[in-house]
Amino acid sequence: MPLASRHLLGLEGMSKNDIQLILDTATSFREVLERPIKKVPTLQGKTIVNLFFESSTRTRTSFELAERRLSADVVNFSAESSSVRKGETLKDTARNIEMMKIDMVVMRHAAAGAAHFLSNVIGANIINAGDGAHEHPTQALLDMYTIREKFGKLEGLNVCIIGDIAHSRVALSNIYGLKTMGVTVSVCGPKTLIPKEIERLGVDVFYRVEDAIKVVDVLNVLRIQLERQNRPYFPSLREYRQYFGITRERLDKAERPITILHPGPVNRDVELSADVADSEHSLILQQVLNGVAVRMAVLYLLGTGK
Amino acid sequence: MVIKSRVIDASGFERTLTRLAHEILERNKGAETIALVGIRTRGEYLAKRLAAKLQEIEKKELRVGFLDITLYRDDLRDNPSQPILKGTDIAFDVTDKNIILIDDVLYTGRTVRAALDELVDLGRPASIQLAVLVDRGHRELPIKADFVGKNIPTSIGEEVRVLITEVDGEDAVIVVERGAN
Repeated sequence: MPLASRHLLGLEGMSKNDIQLILDTATSFREVLERPIKKVPTLQGKTIVNLFFESSTRTRTSFELAERRLSADVVNFSAESSSVRKGETLKDTARNIEMMKIDMVVMRHAAAGAAHFLSNVIGANIINAGDGAHEHPTQALLDMYTIREKFGKLEGLNVCIIGDIAHSRVALSNIYGLKTMGVTVSVCGPKTLIPKEIERLGVDVFYRVEDAIKVVDVLNVLRIQLERQNRPYFPSLREYRQYFGITRERLDKAERPITILHPGPVNRDVELSADVADSEHSLILQQVLNGVAVRMAVLYLLGTGK
Repeated sequence: MVIKSRVIDASGFERTLTRLAHEILERNKGAETIALVGIRTRGEYLAKRLAAKLQEIEKKELRVGFLDITLYRDDLRDNPSQPILKGTDIAFDVTDKNIILIDDVLYTGRTVRAALDELVDLGRPASIQLAVLVDRGHRELPIKADFVGKNIPTSIGEEVRVLITEVDGEDAVIVVERGAN
């Protein structure tokens, strides 16, 4: 059974079956990544454009690897080197790209809803690689894959997302996806970075890390975006670390080992202490590996069939 | 489902596998260098059955792996029903092995073409030999089996189905009208 939609715009409203299908399919691609020749001919003849209006190194690289390992032809288009600087609208950019006979578009954009907009103006399959503070579905899928790989299941687990929840597309996609899969989800951070009424999404809120640590199996630690430092969300990095930094000392107070996820890049000794980031309970590097497999799965499921 | 004929029954199935096992051993002068690779889904079970027979004869553990050729298919673009990936599972290095590639029915040869491409991406086997339970003809590619359980001449309007206890509850080979459920 193919996916319900021909685009991957977000995990909001995606069915449990579809998420399961993507995660199961990714298992096959993890095997491909272990081969001497890590490439299959599946998307031969398909052309994919990576349309990045916001700078990104790891997500773009991960997508590009996934595309190339499926034998697709890949075109990269980034804002720094593009006509966007010259004032072109998204719609015009998209239409120009479409005339080049592109089959799929992977897009990151600063505006929430940009991927959705694009799916209405061009015929290619659209994959959202991050739209503003809205969604980043493949990141949440690879987080879920990594958790499932470690625990053998998702249902019944307890996951807390900690950090800047208000500006995080990773947090929102994770909340939607994890809730659908039957996970108990909570968020944790300074009050200024937790959106009002987030409880409506069915999550618990912790304002103290110590309270979260008591109940969770997994902590998904978000990056503190240093570029937001000149805004008064919290007084200083030092204070953030003091109250919300995940340290060995804090984790030792939990009764069971807590698995650590982080979407990267890590600010060592800010949101996550270096020894925790490198510990055996940290799956950060596993996430990077699984990211390629999960993106291959999404590309395969959207790019084949009629 | 209208079964036009039952070409192989349970006991015939068993005898055919035994004969295939002996032929494979004879050609390869024993089981020393060989490894079995079954094409999912039915080829997987045939490979397991053949491995059991070969082990019985040779008193020796055999390497067995399974191939999901979906990612190498030539009809992914047009196939409206997207195949679910079951995964390739070959835990040994195929390089320098004599690989016995196993499938249930040899028909157009396209599945075997995909399997050959996938196998050579996994390494460089000393040789690849093809064993099938049924060869029904109508090849679209220049591919020929090394070991054939039974040649069954068919018309295009017919379909050959291999039933296996593990999946279908019985061992048999039947011919049905195309499009039957």
